Amino acid sequence: MSHDTLVQPVTAESPLPDPRRAATKRRYTVWSIRVLLVVAVLGSWEYSASTFLDPFFYSKPSLVWQKLVDWFTVGTSQGSIWEQIEVTLEEALGGFVLGAIAGVVLGILLGRSRLLSDICAPFIKAANAVPRIVLASLFVIWFGLGMSSKIATAFVLVFFAVFFNAFQGAREVDRNLVDNARILGASRTQVLLTIVVPSATSWILASLHSAFGFALIGAVVGEFTGADKGLGLLINHSQGTFDAAGIYAGMIVITVLALLAEWGLSALEKRLLKWRPPAAGNEMQI
Amino acid sequence: MDPVIELRQATKRFRSSSGGVHTAVSDLTMTVAAGEFVAVVGPTGCGKSTTLSLVSGLEPPSAGEALVGGSPVRGIPDGVGYMFQQDAIMPWRSVLDNVAAGPRYRGATKAEARAKARDWVDRVGLSGFERYYPHQLSGGMRKRVALAQTLVNEPRILLMDEPFSALDVQTRGLMQDELLRLWSGSGAAVIFVTHDLEEAIALGDRVLVMTASPATVKGSFPVPLPRPRDVEEVRLTAEFLEIYREIWDSLREEVETARERGAANVA
Repeated sequence: MSHDTLVQPVTAESPLPDPRRAATKRRYTVWSIRVLLVVAVLGSWEYSASTFLDPFFYSKPSLVWQKLVDWFTVGTSQGSIWEQIEVTLEEALGGFVLGAIAGVVLGILLGRSRLLSDICAPFIKAANAVPRIVLASLFVIWFGLGMSSKIATAFVLVFFAVFFNAFQGAREVDRNLVDNARILGASRTQVLLTIVVPSATSWILASLHSAFGFALIGAVVGEFTGADKGLGLLINHSQGTFDAAGIYAGMIVITVLALLAEWGLSALEKRLLKWRPPAAGNEMQI
Repeated sequence: MDPVIELRQATKRFRSSSGGVHTAVSDLTMTVAAGEFVAVVGPTGCGKSTTLSLVSGLEPPSAGEALVGGSPVRGIPDGVGYMFQQDAIMPWRSVLDNVAAGPRYRGATKAEARAKARDWVDRVGLSGFERYYPHQLSGGMRKRVALAQTLVNEPRILLMDEPFSALDVQTRGLMQDELLRLWSGSGAAVIFVTHDLEEAIALGDRVLVMTASPATVKGSFPVPLPRPRDVEEVRLTAEFLEIYREIWDSLREEVETARERGAANVA
């Protein structure tokens, strides 16, 4: 027993709750309910599809699982599943990186220049109003069935998501910080690099989360529109052969990719923003 | 001796958001000698800060002239340090890197800048906190960082815009002492803007009283208190009260004018 019990001795009848144990217990509860939910949903789906629903249209979890196992062991109708994943990821990543760079650079540039932003504002609004997904068709005509048309689709989706945040971030830089840096001897470029860019970073990082999702959508839709490889093509092919399980399996693979990317981006964000005070109620964030 | 800072009939007008013209400072003439500590007091919102932006070159005067070291201010003059009312240190940089920013901007290598910064972090009493981020520090400690960040450039002119107004009374007293300690022997000319007359007298060689907006110099009062001063002690002396009464007589009218106008605006 320790000697630093200050107020009253803790007896076996009145144990004080240990906050760490309480947290562990809570996590345990949360996770078991989550697992239960998944089991309940999958179970009722499996049951309904085995009794009154037609599994031809609605498929069922065991069939989807079978399909996934099949893809990863035997291969897909288009060849190895890994090759499809690689192609889609490459397209998404290409569009993501190019779109993010263009969005950040242009966003910060326009955010810092009143004249430029005044000139460009109507064009950007118009471009943003275009349902960009239809551009995928145009890009297939321009760039062909290969990777570049998908990268282009992912690019336009990512660009606007990042651009508006970078623009806002560059706009909202604290005037005091800029003045202070100028007095300390910073040149225009130094102000941009040491004040504006770091200030806008939290805005930009926030947009990158949704942007990677957009990049995946761009790549998959691009493949849907016309491609010779990729997960989108796989789903399109499943649709063509009325293979509902194939569509679900494709969805699951894409979801896993998106979650992995999200996890990577969160790690990056944590590293870059370690200077920020921990937000209250961080635990509750989803 | 030639003044280091000189304002000649300086006027600054701003276009207000409603389209009207707001005159913040009008016909302001003042000089500050090398090594002199001038405290500027005036009613809240009278345009005291504008005076500092004219001297620092952040804002050009609309009319009249601002001279630093005998030449007109174009851009930010050499050797000027400025401490802002709000926190202006970079939240994404550690204490050390914040203090090292000035030398880095001015072309020092990373190692040189850090060595200089470490010295100044010591001098403001923050050794041991070099690697902390601003959000991990108290308000008083952040002010110390700002002070070190400004002083590391060894300014000949130090402009301070109510730097301690957000601090609690005890911390403020401590920071005032710290400022006097660091300033003594630096030979820097200081313009210290405040709305707190006690602070102005405790720190300054001279107190300038500003009129209610548009601001202009109403009177200049020497503060013949001996240095070095202990800010907490000096407040209690008879001379201090004497000077306080004299300046307050002058300041009170302006404060009342400002207050009436404020009330009229609210009504």
